[in-house]
Amino acid sequence: MAPFIRLKSISKQFADVVAVDDVSLDIEKGELFCLLGASGCGKSTLLRLLAGFEPPTKGTIEIDGQDMAGVAPADRPVNFMFQSYALFPHMSVANNIGYGLRRAGMRGTELAERVDSLLKLVRLHKLGGRKPHQLSGGQRQRVALARALARRPKLLLLDEPLAALDKKLREDTQFELVDIQEKLGTTFIVVTHDQEEAMTLAGRIGIMDAGQLVQVDAPRRLYERPKSSFVADFLGTISFVDGVVASRDKTSITIGGDLNICAACGDDLPVGAAVKLAIRPEKINLSRSKSGDVNEIEVVVEDLAYLGFATNYRVKTASGQMFKLQQQQRRSLDTPLSWGETGYVHFDPQDVIVLQH
Amino acid sequence: MMGRSMWKYLVNVQAVTGRRLVIALPLIWLAVFFFLPLVETLQVSFTLPRRGIPPYEPLWGIDDDGFFTNFTTGNYALLLQYWSDYFGPAFNSIKLAFFSTLVCLLFAYPMAWLIARSNEKWRTILLVLVMLPFWTSSLLRIYALIGSLNPNGFINAAGLWLGLIDAPIQMMQTDFSIYMGMVLTYLPLMILPLYAVMVRLDADLLDAAADLGGSGVQIFRTIILPLTVPGIIAGSLLVFIPAVGEFVIPALLGGPDQLMMGKVLWTEFFRNRDWPVASAIAMLLLAILTVPIIYARYQDGRDAAAEKPNPKQAEAG
Repeated sequence: MAPFIRLKSISKQFADVVAVDDVSLDIEKGELFCLLGASGCGKSTLLRLLAGFEPPTKGTIEIDGQDMAGVAPADRPVNFMFQSYALFPHMSVANNIGYGLRRAGMRGTELAERVDSLLKLVRLHKLGGRKPHQLSGGQRQRVALARALARRPKLLLLDEPLAALDKKLREDTQFELVDIQEKLGTTFIVVTHDQEEAMTLAGRIGIMDAGQLVQVDAPRRLYERPKSSFVADFLGTISFVDGVVASRDKTSITIGGDLNICAACGDDLPVGAAVKLAIRPEKINLSRSKSGDVNEIEVVVEDLAYLGFATNYRVKTASGQMFKLQQQQRRSLDTPLSWGETGYVHFDPQDVIVLQH
Repeated sequence: MMGRSMWKYLVNVQAVTGRRLVIALPLIWLAVFFFLPLVETLQVSFTLPRRGIPPYEPLWGIDDDGFFTNFTTGNYALLLQYWSDYFGPAFNSIKLAFFSTLVCLLFAYPMAWLIARSNEKWRTILLVLVMLPFWTSSLLRIYALIGSLNPNGFINAAGLWLGLIDAPIQMMQTDFSIYMGMVLTYLPLMILPLYAVMVRLDADLLDAAADLGGSGVQIFRTIILPLTVPGIIAGSLLVFIPAVGEFVIPALLGGPDQLMMGKVLWTEFFRNRDWPVASAIAMLLLAILTVPIIYARYQDGRDAAAEKPNPKQAEAG
């Protein structure tokens, strides 16, 4: 069976700027998909192409098996939730939510009942008579959501849906959004620049950079097994080590040079191949004494930041290689390593990410 | 110690008086050039005419017999008695102003929309083009229009030369020429407030309406039109109010048959030298024009007050 949404080598060019560059993507029905990227990476443009506000320069968009070329926004089984919410300021909450339904010809009690059930869905019953400017930010966000869901779209596009809310409210709303999505079974595509938000919301995340979709995966795989140094660096914190394969066996490689690091690797990398290794800070252990692990490197503490639940370190090897790492304070009486002290970092070969150049 | 606090006090006084001065200057200007003449006109409308300079009796004063007054409502009584003489010109003026406003609105609306939806570079160019005629004398522009509309003017000459017409068309001294003059003069006053409202209209709202199934006509009717009403009202007032008192354009471009309020005022002031009656006409006209506007503003203010959110309720839920 064909996927619910299929993008085939979509490109969009504005004057001399390529906003979206040859993006191909399949999304299944009922999925909550996140497009994640820095501002200006083309994620919002891709969303507008899906909504039909602009035509793609190249490529085809299929939704539910139907080619969307030349189909107006109103005729697509798609609705859009704007970052600014774009609530009609002169209309009441109920009229905002009912706008799409009225355009579809719904009137009278049928309209009133449908608007009422939408108000209940987003927990805004009794506020139907308010104007948008009389609502708080969180309430406005929910009106926008209800309005976008009113026509029962098969696909809902959300452009930075939580960006305008403050941090506390954003966390609550994230879960609410997922609840509503699961309840309705509507396919959601969410655009965000906030990686924590993407991780919380999405079943799958697509990371965009300079108009290109660089990796699509589940949040866990994106974090643990990034396919490029861009993705590894973009999500969370990471330390990179450049090196050349010095020896290898069936399941691992070892790089030589200043540092000898062993990394689990099933790929067929020949001896002499240049590689980039990456290690997450929480996967690295720091101790005062040697332990005899496979990967063990002597370091000096350059910098540390005490966070309460953990301490962030920046440590440096004799050859000048930096590692960023995080140590949990398991016992409160432990005396952690301090500035200028010498210690040893060690990490499991399984936790080393091998990135090919 | 003493010196320092004294200095502080002085600086403080200076800051406060400085701020007051900034507000006071325009207020003084308004009082001198707007309010006082208005009060003077109101006074003159309640007094008697006389030969001499000024051509009216003082409203009140003190002479050898003590306090005296020339207060009379006779000027207004006169207007009521001969209302039919004044009703025609008043009706003509209001009709002219009304249709001029309407035509200006019909032309200005799409023009303002086009400017507001252009990119920033074009927006500036187009706005300057709209304002450009304002920088030449309005009298000059009207004479240029006469030159174009005359039987031997530019348009007729071009029509004859191209063979589109056999004989010159009479365009001067018609309603057409008056409305041409009015619209050309007042169009910028309509475009600018409309533009100001339209440029602030969030483009997302239009996308949202289209996304929710609105057709072009529906989006205009349900979103654009209601949200540009403040611009329509502001522009219409800016055009309508001066248009009612317009004297030059009907006099230069119109025929002799249509008497306008401006012309009547001019006649009363300068030909009959009856300043009190002229002032009474002016005050009555002012009342007719401003009372509905003030009432509308008052209603508006009450609606806005009624709509103010209750902060306690807004936070709940």
